[in-house]
Amino acid sequence: MNAGVGYAAIIGVFAVTALIGFYGLRISRTTEDFYVASRTVRPWWNASAIGGEYLSAASFLGVAGLILISGADALWFPIGYTAGYLMLLLFVAAPLRRSGAYTIPDFTEARLESPAARRITSLLVVLVGWLYIVPQLQGAALTIRIATGLPPWVGSVAVAVVVCITVVTGGMRSITFVQAFQFWLKLTAIAVPIVFVLIVMANSGLTVPAVAEPFAAEPVGSPTAGAYRNISLVIALLFGTLGLPHVLVRFYTNPDGPSARRTTLIVLGLLSVFYLFPTLYGVVGRAFMPDLATSGSPDALVLLLPGRLIPGLAGDALTALVIAGAFAAFLSTTSGLVVSVAGVISQDMLGGRVRGFRLAAVFSSLVPLGVALLTDTTQLAGSVGLVFAFTASTICPLLLLGIWWRGLTDAGAIAGMLAGAILCGGSIMLSRALGAEAGPMGDLLAQPAAWSVPAAFAVMIGVSLMTKNRRPAGITTIMTRLHAPERPVPAPNR
Amino acid sequence: MPESQLLAVAVIGVLVITLTIALVGAIGFKLLRSWRELGTDAERATYTTLHSASLAGKHLRNGLEPVGAAKASKHLRSLLGCEAVAITDVAGVLAWDGIGEAHREGALGLAAKVLATGRTQVFREAVVHQAELKEAVVAPIRARSRIVGALVAYAPRAKPGLVRATSEVADWVAAQVELAELESSRTLLMEAEVRALRAQISPHFIYNSLNAIASFITTDPAKARDLVLEFADFTRYSFRRHGDFTTVAEELRCIEHYLKLERARFGDRLLVSLTIAPEVLSTVIPFLSLQPLVENAVRHGLEDKEGIGHIAITAQAAGAFVEVTIEDDGVGIEPEHLRAVLAGHSDSDHVGLRNVDARLRQVYGDDHGLVVDTAPGAGTLITMRVPKSQPRPDLGSLTDRLSA
Repeated sequence: MNAGVGYAAIIGVFAVTALIGFYGLRISRTTEDFYVASRTVRPWWNASAIGGEYLSAASFLGVAGLILISGADALWFPIGYTAGYLMLLLFVAAPLRRSGAYTIPDFTEARLESPAARRITSLLVVLVGWLYIVPQLQGAALTIRIATGLPPWVGSVAVAVVVCITVVTGGMRSITFVQAFQFWLKLTAIAVPIVFVLIVMANSGLTVPAVAEPFAAEPVGSPTAGAYRNISLVIALLFGTLGLPHVLVRFYTNPDGPSARRTTLIVLGLLSVFYLFPTLYGVVGRAFMPDLATSGSPDALVLLLPGRLIPGLAGDALTALVIAGAFAAFLSTTSGLVVSVAGVISQDMLGGRVRGFRLAAVFSSLVPLGVALLTDTTQLAGSVGLVFAFTASTICPLLLLGIWWRGLTDAGAIAGMLAGAILCGGSIMLSRALGAEAGPMGDLLAQPAAWSVPAAFAVMIGVSLMTKNRRPAGITTIMTRLHAPERPVPAPNR
Repeated sequence: MPESQLLAVAVIGVLVITLTIALVGAIGFKLLRSWRELGTDAERATYTTLHSASLAGKHLRNGLEPVGAAKASKHLRSLLGCEAVAITDVAGVLAWDGIGEAHREGALGLAAKVLATGRTQVFREAVVHQAELKEAVVAPIRARSRIVGALVAYAPRAKPGLVRATSEVADWVAAQVELAELESSRTLLMEAEVRALRAQISPHFIYNSLNAIASFITTDPAKARDLVLEFADFTRYSFRRHGDFTTVAEELRCIEHYLKLERARFGDRLLVSLTIAPEVLSTVIPFLSLQPLVENAVRHGLEDKEGIGHIAITAQAAGAFVEVTIEDDGVGIEPEHLRAVLAGHSDSDHVGLRNVDARLRQVYGDDHGLVVDTAPGAGTLITMRVPKSQPRPDLGSLTDRLSA
């Protein structure tokens, strides 16, 4: 691959992101007109921004790579990633917006009236954020190696440093514009090359040798995923989306509950369109580049496919586009996570000052960078899936029970979150440590969501029932606020 | 790659082990030190008593209510050294600590007499078929000459020492309850102060606006009519009675009405630019917290300035906070004078500025007052920072206001 193309694409994305971050607000929103200035963010904009923040390295590179390896089973990933928003739409979006809380710890404190529960939630949110950043940086490492031939760590360091600088210097002040741009960049970057690839294939008489066949074929280089694994994965993805800190803070941008719901609906549509394309890459890749599955970096499929099938300048241009899209994915998800994690850290541990936020932002970019440099992953989609399993076992029960059950107490919430964290985290660690020696328990340990999520719910409900006298005094007020529509009856004219 | 995963696991393992060792070491060191510095037996007994009392006191800070009473009763029992302790208010048993919780409801029967007479009493047959709880001492909890509850201490034999201790502890609980009442009246006072501080529409402004409108009535009746409507909208917002909070969007609308009226006087001499990040529009802020700042910029910054004056209003997200700035290129303020104004020493002008500052400090704490950068001739930049998250129950009225 032409390294110059790679450099140009990466630097271009960095520059455009930073420019929109710094000047987007000033250019698009500086006005003398109060009407223009006080227009709220339309659900379409906000949905694009949520899509931009959400579609990470796992979606952009990982899904296609997994389809390449394990065929039809990997389709559960895009389905789960999207369907999680259905859960969000049904159970969380509107009540959370009505609560007036900005972050998940804010919500916890308001609902449970307990600083201790707030602190535990903050810790978990920070942990989840960091764990989620790690695969983004690993994706950057992979991409930079393939795009430019530089050593992989350069990619991780570059993304972490650029995000850190933009966040610290205030370049994310109007994050909606940046993220919405990133979504459309990602969609273009993944859609245009595959469309060209399909056209070229059609013209030169190449066909995917019967679409069904590659799916039916035995997975290359990975053990067959059993039904348990798939069920567990879908549970993790469905419930995990409910607890993602960087997605939930975006709902604060909606002016009220109904617009929060409309936004979620649009997100569902946007994601469904997006995931069509990684799937196409996976199918075409299975037909024409099966060698990648065994060579160790199947996640590179999206990056390599256009260049492989379309030679010459056109191929280079398309590759540049894909690289740009991939970096947009790393940058947007990472910066969204750094902003929300740094917000939580600065508020709960550093007293909420501006300097505290900057310090926290630096800290939140460097810690995951350290972890990313020390570890390595073979599957981006897989490691992000584990983060989903972790949020599904900790934050999701808190939100669901907190919103829908009056009986939740602070003691129950803390016990449930800790139980979920220990069970889920412990079993993932154990499965990593044991590797193939885990035997029949291997699946149970590697994909714990199917049992750790119910366990967390059970502990939370059980302990809450045992500590009935700890129900917060103002529960009725809070519940009314969460569930009563914003505009019940028009007030009489005075 | 298994090696690198192993490495990761190893790194995490080493981290956990190091942390554990550090923690155990720190706790051990602390224990060792405190052990060395312990005093005589009598001193130690005093410390233990005071410690139990302070632990219990923390839980009684909200007055006599079930959750706090349950937590406090544990410490009260250790203070009294009896088998079981119950705390009642005038209507029911709030907490029981110790053995025999089955007899919980019986405590109210014992307390009823004491609640009526207001005197400490000993019951020899408190719980008939459980020897450990056979006798009980019941002492009234008397806060400000009113009996608010009773403390019941169960023991196999109610010795005079226990009787004395129980009535002393009951008096101590009463003192805590009084403190709690004091605390709640302090909160009420603070709320009243916020209400009192609620920004008022300035008489100057009414006078100036009416004059400006009057001057248009003959020359440009249509404009005069528009201005009267603006005036009506502005006053409707400012005079509304309910709710101490509003959103950035509403406050901007109020500023718009205000500036239209001011423009009637200033004409083209007043230019405004707005840079508002749409994310912050729905943020909840104290009612009339931005308009007085704009009014301050117009009245004290631009009125005395020759030529065209600019006002720039920006609102952006800064982490978990919203930062609003209002900047004018007017005559500026003498910093010393401003300091006196904000400290409340000078009651001349800039009333709005001081009022907003005081309210912000009331609501969000002293870290969230206004930040003013200014110098004579250099204009004024006012910065306000409020937290995005405001899940406060008293904001419930916000919603019906929006629909009104």
